[in-house]
Amino acid sequence: MEGIYLDHAATTPVHEDVIQAMIPAYREVYGNPSSIHQFGRKARKILDEARRTIASSLGAGEKEIIFTSGGTEADNLAIFGVTEASEGRHVITTSIEHHAVLHAVQSLEQKGYDITYIDPEPGGEIDPEKVRESLRDDTVLVSVMTVNNETGVRQPVERIGEILEDHEAHFHSDGVQVLGIENVDVKEMNIDLMAFSGHKINGPKGIGFLYVKEGVPLTSRLYGGEQERKRRAGTENVQAIKGLETAVKLKDDTGEDTVRQYRKFKSLFLDTLRKEEVSFDVNGENAVPSIVNISFTGMNVETLLTNFDLEKVAASSGSACTAGSVEPSHVLSAMFPDEPERTTNSIRFSFGLQNTEQNVEEAARRIAAVCKRLTK
Amino acid sequence: MKEPKDTRVVVGMSGGVDSSVAALLLKEQGYDVVGIFMKNWDDTDENGVCTATEDYEDVIRVCNQLDIPYYAVNFEKQYWDKVFTYFLDEYKAGRTPNPDVMCNKEIKFKAFLDHAMSLGADYLATGHYAQVRDNDGTYEMLRGVDDNKDQTYFLNQLDQDVLSKVMFPLGHLPKPKVREIALENGLATAKKKDSTGICFIGERNFKEFLSEYLPAQPGEMQTLSGEVKGKHDGLMYYTLGQRQGLGIGGAGDPWFVVGKNVRDNILYVGQGFEHEALYSDALVASEVNWTKGEAPTEAFSCTAKFRYRQSDSKVTVQPLSEDKIRVVFDEQERAVTPGQAVVLYDGEVCLGGGTIDEVEKNEKPMTHVD
Repeated sequence: MEGIYLDHAATTPVHEDVIQAMIPAYREVYGNPSSIHQFGRKARKILDEARRTIASSLGAGEKEIIFTSGGTEADNLAIFGVTEASEGRHVITTSIEHHAVLHAVQSLEQKGYDITYIDPEPGGEIDPEKVRESLRDDTVLVSVMTVNNETGVRQPVERIGEILEDHEAHFHSDGVQVLGIENVDVKEMNIDLMAFSGHKINGPKGIGFLYVKEGVPLTSRLYGGEQERKRRAGTENVQAIKGLETAVKLKDDTGEDTVRQYRKFKSLFLDTLRKEEVSFDVNGENAVPSIVNISFTGMNVETLLTNFDLEKVAASSGSACTAGSVEPSHVLSAMFPDEPERTTNSIRFSFGLQNTEQNVEEAARRIAAVCKRLTK
Repeated sequence: MKEPKDTRVVVGMSGGVDSSVAALLLKEQGYDVVGIFMKNWDDTDENGVCTATEDYEDVIRVCNQLDIPYYAVNFEKQYWDKVFTYFLDEYKAGRTPNPDVMCNKEIKFKAFLDHAMSLGADYLATGHYAQVRDNDGTYEMLRGVDDNKDQTYFLNQLDQDVLSKVMFPLGHLPKPKVREIALENGLATAKKKDSTGICFIGERNFKEFLSEYLPAQPGEMQTLSGEVKGKHDGLMYYTLGQRQGLGIGGAGDPWFVVGKNVRDNILYVGQGFEHEALYSDALVASEVNWTKGEAPTEAFSCTAKFRYRQSDSKVTVQPLSEDKIRVVFDEQERAVTPGQAVVLYDGEVCLGGGTIDEVEKNEKPMTHVD
């Protein structure tokens, strides 16, 4: 039985073009981009080109891109970097953020910051008006993700950006799940800081970047050399940055077709489940085409996920405890405070480049077979 | 019977050497082996780290060495409801519970077995030292060959339905051999120390642990004739025959716990290991399980254990009802304790067992022990 991967929101396979771009970067380039000799310059050139490609893809300036080790570091840099550089002690975020944001903000809370956590509406969306109502004179940062990683719900960040236009608070958004799904233009979105990751868009792991609008004060988290204009010390991961650049180009070139495909996959997936008479609800409204979060009525996450894996269908749910068992999802708990069963019977499926209509349909059939066996 | 390769066996893996070797042996025999770690106790510390993490890490390392899939399942709620609540209730009643017997009955061989079956498993395997013999569709549970490790005492509540679905791959091996196999195969857990004590207490101080859940009610220590010998910290901290922690000085033989009076909160103590108040000649047990599925209707002779790792004693069993028995000892026994299990054997076969409710001497209940 062939394995079918429906967990692209967790990570994606590296695209062949990315690998092909990285090989010569490994073979032929080994200088330190900070060195003043020709070997260093060769490496520096790769950095400059990648920065240009990525900046232009986002509608940003080259000086506005900071390479990091990934989305988590980018989120942390934004949150700690901005709050440390500012006076105010109030931060607004949501209860459905990725842990890279949530745990960072909780750490601020322990240091004495006031944090407002906005709960989502039942559809999984954050009401921009609630952000407005939560604003205070000393609010320094608002952090709302663009696409929720568990439900795929697209958040009205543009609207929140507008609201924040006449407030001093800076607006950060975790953009990890939107990249590759939508054309991101940071200027149109009114966002000051936005975090991205390479491995969610068929790039390599261990690389990501933070967009920081020019003029936004930011302290560094890492001390050392003067890389990234003193905002992120450490020798740049040149080869991974080359891979990241290739992945960004790739999604810019093929993104629209890809998303059309995902849309087809999602409806095919749900239609097949319905045809097979699986009893389920979709969690969240207005989700991106790549992600669907499904509540399987009367089922249990651990039993389902284990069975799916034994049937060679890879999906995921919430976050695992360090001892392996599945913890109730904080996102679904926030969306469905009165339906705790949703947090223990919901699973996220996410589509990617190597999915086909055939394997998506096959996955849905295998899932349906498991559900049928378990309800017997 | 299906070929091993078409037979899915879920192995309950704790991260210890026994279950690691159990998985290894099954894998070598060609079974479709799936490793599952059970999380029964929420022990998250102030840093959000659960102590089960290290054990699960070991499960992962071993499963990767064996190239078998691994998963975890959470039975915290069931464990709390079925095992821990019972554990506290028994202590409140002045008895000495056996949570391992209850855990096997309610969690490992019920909730966990159901989970394994829901994964399409044909069998559930564990690293217990016990054996199952299939006699044309009737299943017998036999002691593990390693006398020192035999765990049938804890498995006495397993019935035919369960025995038809379980495998104990270590039952025919002596423990040193199990270590040897682990070492030969370079298993990550080969040198890991065996876990001791009750799983949810671990290495912690028992008294401290219990006091977090049950209010301690200090009271008097008295001899059976009413002479006050000091104070006790709470009856739940003491068990019959215990010597440690009494703090009674003076001349003569050491002092031992010889009984409890829960109503008046008195701990009875007596001098000498062989104090006569510790000796009984019969017991009544309830919740008796018969592993072969049929309750005997007439009295019979067999051997019995009243606590783990004790050698067998000769007894006569008188059935009182389907699940209630009176067990008469050939010779007086020391410190037979209410709440503990009495487990019956016919040679190597474990017939079943129950919970000790009453202890008798000369056909009269020994009221001072419960």
